[in-house]
Amino acid sequence: MSRRTRWNGAALAVVMGGTLAAGCGAPGGDAPQPEATGASLAAAPTCGTAPVTLNAYIETGFPLPKELSTEFSKQYPNVKWNIREDQFAVITQNAPRVLADDPPDLMRLPQVSELVKNNLLKNLDGYAKAFGWDSWPASQLEQMRLAPGGKTRGEGSLYAMGLNFSMTGVFYNKKLADKIGMSSPPTTLAELDDAMAKAKSAGITPIAQFNGGATGGLAFPLQDLMASYGPSGPINDWIYQKPGATIDTPSNVQATQHLEKWIKAGYFWKDINAVDYATMMSRFIKGEGLFSFNGDWESGNLDKQMAGNVGFFLMPPVQQGGKQAAMSAPLTYGISSRAKNADCAAFFLNWVATDPKAREIGVKIGGSHPMGPADAPMPEVAEGTVTASTLDAGAKIAQDNGSMDFIANATGAIYAKSWTPQLQKLVAGQQTPEELLKSVQSDYTSQVGGS
Amino acid sequence: MTRPTPDSAVDSPATRPGPAAVTRKRSPARAGGLRTPSRVGWLFVAPALIVYAVFVLRPIVLTVQYSLYRWDGIGPSTWAGLGNYVKVFTDPDLFASILNAVKLIAFFSVIPVVLGLAIASTIRRIAASRLALVARTVLFLPQVIPLVAAGIAWSWLLSSTGLVNQLLGYVGLDGVARAWLGDFSTALPAVGVIGAWVLLGLCTILLLSGMSKIDPSLYEAARMDGANSLREFISITVPSLRQEIGVCVTVTVIAALASFDIVYVSTQGGPGNATMVPGLEIYYLAFSERQVGMASALAVVLMLLVILVALPIQWLTKDRS
Repeated sequence: MSRRTRWNGAALAVVMGGTLAAGCGAPGGDAPQPEATGASLAAAPTCGTAPVTLNAYIETGFPLPKELSTEFSKQYPNVKWNIREDQFAVITQNAPRVLADDPPDLMRLPQVSELVKNNLLKNLDGYAKAFGWDSWPASQLEQMRLAPGGKTRGEGSLYAMGLNFSMTGVFYNKKLADKIGMSSPPTTLAELDDAMAKAKSAGITPIAQFNGGATGGLAFPLQDLMASYGPSGPINDWIYQKPGATIDTPSNVQATQHLEKWIKAGYFWKDINAVDYATMMSRFIKGEGLFSFNGDWESGNLDKQMAGNVGFFLMPPVQQGGKQAAMSAPLTYGISSRAKNADCAAFFLNWVATDPKAREIGVKIGGSHPMGPADAPMPEVAEGTVTASTLDAGAKIAQDNGSMDFIANATGAIYAKSWTPQLQKLVAGQQTPEELLKSVQSDYTSQVGGS
Repeated sequence: MTRPTPDSAVDSPATRPGPAAVTRKRSPARAGGLRTPSRVGWLFVAPALIVYAVFVLRPIVLTVQYSLYRWDGIGPSTWAGLGNYVKVFTDPDLFASILNAVKLIAFFSVIPVVLGLAIASTIRRIAASRLALVARTVLFLPQVIPLVAAGIAWSWLLSSTGLVNQLLGYVGLDGVARAWLGDFSTALPAVGVIGAWVLLGLCTILLLSGMSKIDPSLYEAARMDGANSLREFISITVPSLRQEIGVCVTVTVIAALASFDIVYVSTQGGPGNATMVPGLEIYYLAFSERQVGMASALAVVLMLLVILVALPIQWLTKDRS
């Protein structure tokens, strides 16, 4: 080997080594440092009068945030928007990196625990005090509160705000209901079972639901059944990662057994494990199922596509007149801990909840209940529409204190890695209700304890 | 998955003259006016080398490094040693995903290569006709279509009301009809069929081009000795195609082991974990479970597995003449 080739070899090593050098040292040094607490503010902040551009990162496919931003700029012409849109799944995967590297002023958020743990979200306590958010019904903000360190949810400082809050329950096809002689929504679980049995023998698929891909839609009826059989409090404790919480309780086993009964009775489509959300919606709209467990984000859509032919009721309790519960979650938006225009973003969030025009957009476009004080004026909604009944349902849930977060939100991975495969196995007869809950609980324990 | 192309597979760095070879060849030409031709040689190579180092070598080194830590991708990390690797082999879900990838080899490699050989020799016989041109184009089409589009189209075909079940219905096989991608027993084979469809064209074209290089006099001589077409195929065609078959098997085995997009689009790993493959598991681990260390360890294991499988294939099909 000549001297030159040896030199070349050395040069190669230097070039390669140089590019690889960045890999030295333990990964993860660039995370933001913790913020002491939400700074207290002398007065409620505003967007001022100087030109300001808010950077927003929102979920594509839902017109609400864009409509709100347009109206906001109309009222406050100095505020311009720079909006980036992605699908929710993409936002979920990108959230930590985007918040760390390219901090938006306002961002649609997935499950927030991990983001708070990494100090990526601004503590909103100061704004809550200045704007008076802490005098709103506590249940509205509960899901966005986190104890120090981001471990337990449901208590502690506020880290996000909702544009509105959604309500889940059961939609039903009125024409098909007439066919089986169901003149009013069922008031007990037994009545619901009865209606399903009648539908089945009339050749109508009782439940239009999805359970394919990475999103097991059977989690909707399952959690509704859990709340019928037992109290909603322990379910929330589990979702909020309170110490010692478990999903494997006797009443939840009963609920899962009930779901299995529905599966075995053939109340779902045979190909439910291959049906995704969009397919379910189009089949339900076409009249291929009597009931569908879903949320009021579809109210506006269903009022348009099945005008006059669709109704909504909350999951009935086991006992007549028992307390009712529903998954109800704010459409969460947060402010990056490194945001440039945090004050203006907070002012916008407050405006969404309190401005009459914004509340009207929230209901008409979003289909869900606006955030804000309990006595805030409600926008007019046409009688007999599904939107009207979902808003009424919201009042009933508030009265029963039955608002729950979704069991899929307990940890970042619990839905795709535990609930979905387990529920798909339950459908295929490869899993028992008892083992299903045990398995989910063991995944949960390792995720909560292990991270 | 970056789709393997015939170019990238055939034109591997091993067959290309390296920078050192270039240097040696050129150094006698000093009188050409350039004082240090070797350095000029390096200049030519530098852009490619830098891109390769930054976008291929650096990520590999970083992945190996990350695999030794527990890290959520943002916050501080803790040293884990080989703990992540132990988990890859002991966690039943993770190991099952590797087994699924191995099962996919039957569909991604065996079917395209065997069927490709049969189709290529058929096309060769009718090479002059217009039918051969049409057949070539139709077979190669899946390579041109983005895999995501192919995945979506196939998930419609295989759905409970899709074309496949309709056809089964016409011939009286309603009993067999099902949601192919949503059934625990058929989901993995159904995904495999999609992969076979995609890779069949690639293999056929590769083998066909290899066949055109075979000396026609060989066939003539064989025919004079009274060989039938099957004998010709076994004694002349297949041995002459050793290298092409090697390339086909290598490319398709890698496609099977490193599969991602077809599975992601058609089943997302479901139902249950019936179609979970390492590529998808790495993605879930890194981006939804935020276990960057675990994801990296699985990625390193996958890379080693690919090398472990691909090297013997290369060795077996090497031209020893």
